[in-house]
Amino acid sequence: MTDILITNGRVIDPANNMDAMCDVWVEHGQVAGVGKFDGKAKVTIDAKGLIVCPGLIDMHVHLREPGEEWKEDIESGSQAAVAGGITTICTMPNTEPCIDHAGIVLQVIARAKEIGLCNLRPIGAVTRNLKGTELTEMRELSRSGAVAFSDDGKPIWHAGVMRKALEYSSSFGYLIIQHAEEKQLTDGGSVNEGWVSTQLGVQGMPVEGEDSMIARDIMLTRRTNARYHVAHISSKGAVEQVRLAQKQGLKVTTEAAPHHFALTEDEVLNFNADAKMSPPLRTEEDRSAVIEGLRDGTIEVIATDHAPHHEDDKRCGLSCAAFGIVGLETMLPISLDLEREGVLSMSDLIAKMTANPAKLLNIPEGSLSQGNAADICIFDPKAEWTLDREKLFSKGRNTPWHGRTMIGKVVYTLKDGRVVFEQGTIIV
Amino acid sequence: MPEPLFGLKHLFGIADLTREQIQALVDLGDDFIDINTRSVKKAPTLRGRTVINLFFENSTRTRTSFEIAGKRLSADVINISASTSATKKGETLLDTGQTLAAMQPHVLVIRHSVAGTCEFLSEFLDNTALINAGDGSHEHPTQILTDLLTLKRSMGDIQGKTMTIVGDIAHSRVARSHMLSAKIMGYNVRIVAPKTLLPAFVENYGCEIYHDFDEALQGTDILYMLRVQTERLTTNCYFPSLREYHETYGLNMKRLKAAGDHCMVMHPGPMNRGVEIATDVADSMKSLILEQVEHGVAIRMAALTALCGGATEE
Repeated sequence: MTDILITNGRVIDPANNMDAMCDVWVEHGQVAGVGKFDGKAKVTIDAKGLIVCPGLIDMHVHLREPGEEWKEDIESGSQAAVAGGITTICTMPNTEPCIDHAGIVLQVIARAKEIGLCNLRPIGAVTRNLKGTELTEMRELSRSGAVAFSDDGKPIWHAGVMRKALEYSSSFGYLIIQHAEEKQLTDGGSVNEGWVSTQLGVQGMPVEGEDSMIARDIMLTRRTNARYHVAHISSKGAVEQVRLAQKQGLKVTTEAAPHHFALTEDEVLNFNADAKMSPPLRTEEDRSAVIEGLRDGTIEVIATDHAPHHEDDKRCGLSCAAFGIVGLETMLPISLDLEREGVLSMSDLIAKMTANPAKLLNIPEGSLSQGNAADICIFDPKAEWTLDREKLFSKGRNTPWHGRTMIGKVVYTLKDGRVVFEQGTIIV
Repeated sequence: MPEPLFGLKHLFGIADLTREQIQALVDLGDDFIDINTRSVKKAPTLRGRTVINLFFENSTRTRTSFEIAGKRLSADVINISASTSATKKGETLLDTGQTLAAMQPHVLVIRHSVAGTCEFLSEFLDNTALINAGDGSHEHPTQILTDLLTLKRSMGDIQGKTMTIVGDIAHSRVARSHMLSAKIMGYNVRIVAPKTLLPAFVENYGCEIYHDFDEALQGTDILYMLRVQTERLTTNCYFPSLREYHETYGLNMKRLKAAGDHCMVMHPGPMNRGVEIATDVADSMKSLILEQVEHGVAIRMAALTALCGGATEE
């Protein structure tokens, strides 16, 4: 007998070009079928008025385990993920120790399995100890489960090392993810350089810090025919460069974080440290360019750059505060604005959080194909709720959306055919 | 708590003030000048009030000025110098603020290298009025009120006058506060600096921008020279050398004469003689620099009075 039947919902599975009112049923932890169900099920979930889609993928997440578990650990991060409808997270390697050798890859994967709420697919470091000088053993990291490589949090700043990283990784088809930031231009800065930074009297981070490193990297990508992915794209110039590179047939891809298409630098005008991140919130012109990039497909992926911090590291004045905000629990409602504003169809929007990152990372998640693990997100696109940072599952309280109305709410999250989140509660 | 005057709960920056509030503070400061020149320099205005000066950055004139201002008005004044470098390993700024606020002072006067320190602390401190005595490159409101008082007494109405501010605009809280004040009070600001020392979109303040000092002299009523942070200037490539700086942007007698006989000279201090200002200019009849210092005490008396000198319920 079928274990779970999800009925009456609008099923959207971009990987299979599916957008229809139909049933999804689950047996032995796998998707057993999508269509018209005819039989008996042990459990039936009525998804009337809800959207049923593959569990979301967030390919840019910072959990702080090992090393800084007071900020976030794999357990709290997993809970935050499934509360946000996310069943696969790719974690950045800037932990302590960092993910630069196979042992740590295996450790974090094992810990996530033990918790059993979501898939954790680590991103390995490009350079040892994230120092930017010597390459990691990418073959070994990949065999152990790393799905891409990045020094995120820091740029791979040295042009010669970047060239070698692109050459070596592309020999085996690996993806290099760059935190594009020319530190010589941005060091000491806290917010976007512009009229806002001037009024605040706070040192700015010029947009050229991002744009110039992407320009350099695209040149190196052309030479090496590598797979290069720009993390958290935030500027008009960066979007234009990626678009041009794609037109020229280069394997250049990018992702945008919800805060970069939802907010501008005006958020920090009251010295709000919970709106401080790197790259910083930029101008309305940049925000519009990111939205246009999402619309025309230049930006294939939405990823959060979920960066939990302890309050002590945020409550010390804007220029002393740590960079980053939490995002797992707000990715879906904030992103749904793109559908409501007519930027993307619901299917194209969901693709950017399911099929597209799965394809980029070459992982099996992100679809409701028969036989796939039954990782499923069921959400109400119209439900309104107010974000209360004290009620987040993440340990991080650093969100710029505290007190704001969210439209769109995850109702159920299934992982391997098990309901792990239901109506606001984690089910262990 | 005493009822604040002029509708002022805190004094964060010029950006938060109206023309009427600025005028009222300057006029009140003007009234206090008299006390400072008497032989017995004491008035009971702030008796029973506690003022804590919390300075995380080095300061001689501003801190002393607040201290004297409080003492001459009979407030109990406590000075604390904290090192910003200690904040990482020691007590946090917030803890220091909350600790001092728990001792129930009426006013905390704060200087800190982090812009927005007062705005940040005010979210957590309920019953303490905060005065910004300089926060990073953000604002320095009591300096600007001081300058307005000095100008009122030396030139009368400042409306329509042109102030030319020369030097490191990018890192200057004084320049920012003056550019904001100019819009509110109706004077013009010209700024003079190389592009390395200008912040982004500075033209949005509505000031005129010059790179050539000599071109800016004509029509200037007040030459306002900013202190050059000599260590910062050359190591970070803002300027090639102090010699070239003095040559290009230093105020010497020749330039002062070119500006015309009516033109006065100001400087928020401390001066680097021979860098941004030549000694003969600093000591000339045209210099208002010591008047600024003198009036600084009166303005801080006014600011403290506004925040904690009102009637109390007890």
